[in-house]
Amino acid sequence: MNILPGTQPIIEITYLVASVLFILSLKWMSSPSTARHGVRAGEIGMLLAIGGTLLQHGIVDYKSIAIALVLGTGIGIPLGLVQMTAVPQRTALSHAFGAFCVTLVGTAEFYLRSPDISRFTMAVLSAEVILGSLTFTGSLMAGGKLQEILPQRPLTYKGQNLVNLVLLTIALAGAGYLVLHPGARQLFPAIVGISFLLGVLMIIPIGGADMPTVISLLNSYAGLSAAAMGFVLDSKLLIIAGALDGSSGFILSVIMSKAMNRSFGNVLFGAFGQVQAATVAGQEARTARSATAEEAAAILVAANKVVVVPGYGMAVAQAQHKVRELYDTLSKRGVEVRFAIHPVAGRMPGHMNVLLAEADIPYDRLVEMEDINGEFSQTDVALVIGANDVTNPAARTDSSSPIYGMPILDVDKARTVMVIKRSMSPGFAGIDNPLYYLDKTLMLFGDAKLFVNDIVRELAGGGNN
Amino acid sequence: MSSTLINGLFVFILAAFIGFEVIRRVSPLLHTPLMSLTNALDAIAVVGAIVLVGRHESRLSYLLGMLAVIAATSNIVGGFLITDRMLKMFKTSRPTQP
Repeated sequence: MNILPGTQPIIEITYLVASVLFILSLKWMSSPSTARHGVRAGEIGMLLAIGGTLLQHGIVDYKSIAIALVLGTGIGIPLGLVQMTAVPQRTALSHAFGAFCVTLVGTAEFYLRSPDISRFTMAVLSAEVILGSLTFTGSLMAGGKLQEILPQRPLTYKGQNLVNLVLLTIALAGAGYLVLHPGARQLFPAIVGISFLLGVLMIIPIGGADMPTVISLLNSYAGLSAAAMGFVLDSKLLIIAGALDGSSGFILSVIMSKAMNRSFGNVLFGAFGQVQAATVAGQEARTARSATAEEAAAILVAANKVVVVPGYGMAVAQAQHKVRELYDTLSKRGVEVRFAIHPVAGRMPGHMNVLLAEADIPYDRLVEMEDINGEFSQTDVALVIGANDVTNPAARTDSSSPIYGMPILDVDKARTVMVIKRSMSPGFAGIDNPLYYLDKTLMLFGDAKLFVNDIVRELAGGGNN
Repeated sequence: MSSTLINGLFVFILAAFIGFEVIRRVSPLLHTPLMSLTNALDAIAVVGAIVLVGRHESRLSYLLGMLAVIAATSNIVGGFLITDRMLKMFKTSRPTQP
């Protein structure tokens, strides 16, 4: 059946080389100095695999393939050129596209092969389609929340988990029936539909602060559904790529949930919004001290060591470039400035690093939580920009706090703490932050970008004489 | 159990192990580009979709395949592009790279 005798081994070899390149690609991501080789390796692997596939027997309609590749490229280029602040929603959207592709291929394979499908194939095909479709709608929901088309607050209702569990059971039962009776074609759309619904319902109760974990989890699901597709098509290349993506998403979700001191189950089944009520009771009126940009500038320039703690608020205010100016100005005055990065700061893993790198801040100035926490006691000023819960000392001390036990950045150990914040209103999770009422804390009220700009202007105007 | 299943499971388990070992070593600094890169690699699912389109066995499989190729290709192109853009931004303050 081959176009030419002997093409099959050639195809297999391109797939083998592509698999090796994919693994190397991820290996080279271990360090920023080799990471771009990783992208090259991945691209070459992808081209080889696509080239090999075009040689497969039975392929006649090259024109349609070319049209689809061109259209996909046309959509892909703008998605590759989005602003860095839009990267979380772009990532969610690409999880959705990946899962969409897997679901479509699974559906097409089912209708092509049914009813002659072996039990094993039907079982993995069901896994592929269920995981694919719930990841598709779930990722669209996550993307909608990140793009703020949908409300970011968790939406909860009574019996939510029960409803989801029942839907999942129905989908699995339907899949089980299809394994035994693969001719029951009318069941298939129902399974897809239920999985679509399940994806929506799973993400509805999840709040913005949980997005890093959820995005990682969806990443893992997308990988696993692709691996299941590899089993259906008996393609080792797909199994390998899916397993790599699945384990990557899984590792990131574990890191993210550890950084929030929450289990997977807790992220998926217990919306943050539900625990708010416990914290409101028994607050006596406490006072926070505020300061102006001029005062803040004077304190910063008198410091030897400054640690900046960026959070989602910096991303929202697009303040990263102004923060770079502040970094430059202070560095020129001999102040040592570093950045403390909490694993869940922002809306996806590594979000803050990308924003600060975009603003040309050298990555060796960005320090992970475990490495910087011991140094806050020798830090003169901790400047918190748009971060809240990840700096909340209640996580260490107050066992009644919903975030008790969550690892935090110990900014309260610095000699002076300055917090740029719009108002005293509690953060995303609705939890009050005792940090703001410490004697050493100065609140800098205002928009992060404008306030940092004011500080930079004070430093430029007031100094040097 | 068919040998296809066993072979597939061998490959899956070994690849997952390699994945764990390799990705554990990725610096948290690069977690965002890591995610966009794995996303692009995952779009290798395009090979399954290409076969569906190319073989044109039924109207349905052709249409679904076309959409799948478009979706996966946009992930490949967009994923590699944005990963490279992000990685280009990571610079060190040290003048020369070790």
